[in-house]
Amino acid sequence: MSKEKEPFFSKKNRALLTDPLDDDNPITVQVLGICSALAITVKLEPAVVMTLSVIFVMAAGNVIVSILRNVIPTRIRIIVQLLVVATLVALVDQFLKAYAYDVSKQLAIFIGLIITNCIIMGRFEAFALGNGVWKSFLDGVGNAAGYGWILIVVAFVRELFGSGELWGVPVIPQFIYDLGYQDNGLMLLSPMALIVVGIYIWIQRYYNRKLIEKD
Amino acid sequence: MNRESNKHTYIFATIMVVSVASVLSFTSESLKDLQNANIKKEKMQNILSSVGINVSRDESESLYDDYVKEELSLKSDGSIDDQVNAFNINLALEVKKDKDLQRFPLYIANVEGEKFYVIPLRGAGLWAEIWGYIALKDDINTIKGVSFDHKSETAGLGAEITEDWFIDSFNDEKIKDSDGNFVGVYLTKTNNDPGNSDKMDNEIDAISGATITGDGVSDMIIERVKNYLPYFNSLTNE
Repeated sequence: MSKEKEPFFSKKNRALLTDPLDDDNPITVQVLGICSALAITVKLEPAVVMTLSVIFVMAAGNVIVSILRNVIPTRIRIIVQLLVVATLVALVDQFLKAYAYDVSKQLAIFIGLIITNCIIMGRFEAFALGNGVWKSFLDGVGNAAGYGWILIVVAFVRELFGSGELWGVPVIPQFIYDLGYQDNGLMLLSPMALIVVGIYIWIQRYYNRKLIEKD
Repeated sequence: MNRESNKHTYIFATIMVVSVASVLSFTSESLKDLQNANIKKEKMQNILSSVGINVSRDESESLYDDYVKEELSLKSDGSIDDQVNAFNINLALEVKKDKDLQRFPLYIANVEGEKFYVIPLRGAGLWAEIWGYIALKDDINTIKGVSFDHKSETAGLGAEITEDWFIDSFNDEKIKDSDGNFVGVYLTKTNNDPGNSDKMDNEIDAISGATITGDGVSDMIIERVKNYLPYFNSLTNE
């Protein structure tokens, strides 16, 4: 709102959307939101639904906080932010229970845990409180997508090697099992998610040298 | 407008809370019917699955009446309470009551001429509740099938109780010993019968790494089925 003439997709605004995917990724660079990245990445489907839910909550939340940013009393701003995210999450939960019951059962407590996802509160506090509505919307979508991208990559690896399936459909042909191949049960457990995220960070920094800390 | 004043803070907080509460209660009310319909269909799906009819959740509602012929609410002495609709009994609340005040829902299904008694189960797993259904054949001894579900058992370990390979191991197992006394079914790690080929031993091969969930399953079956013995005894005495 400050810069009325700025085009909707100026270079700066595009950066809000694309930076969190790589250079400023919430999980692999800022190391936020790790807890849910470990918990719901056993299979692709819940990871995708979680991603969509977080995109909705983060974008809508950023917009609401940004609209209210000039009237929110500073002293209670954290509580207000919490109220916004909790409301949106409750709405998502209700809609999933009504329209995607199976998914809502799989995600169960993790939907509720979106409330405590540090990325969301972090973006409200660090960005939406100080920026206009459109920018906040882009920032919300960008960060949620950056978070979701990692979820989907990790879930892809874990479901493929842990269950031999993708999106619940078996993809590893029977003859490979007949040769003695076995699904890796360790992939189903949380520690492997951490290791997969670690490997992702390693690969990411190999290609994106500016992320490597200099000391 | 001074947004740091106490007055502004109170007014802002009040408006915020009231509007959030209205939005939430409106959504909850308008989606309630759809949500309850999902829960009802899932219950029907689980009951049908315990008697070997595997259908999708959406199909379950139309097929339910074809198979489930009677729904009874039993008192603890085995008599039937006509006042209570068995299907609507919420077992989660019911198990907390005194035994004498509880009503025990029993579903009687008829599949291709065979009669099955379906008993709803509810108990404790490792992290939270587990529940399910056990279907007994007409001899009130042989298990036709079971279905289990859980709130938050460990994925890959306790959560495996919902999987077919585990559920299928209950088929044809007996709940009474060779003298005809009720003993239930035990999940055990020491029965040297991983294929569950011995159907008379009242034992199921347990899941490694899920001891407490498994014990929960054994306890739940014994505790729940025991309540139906007065009713079953009254059938055989007739």
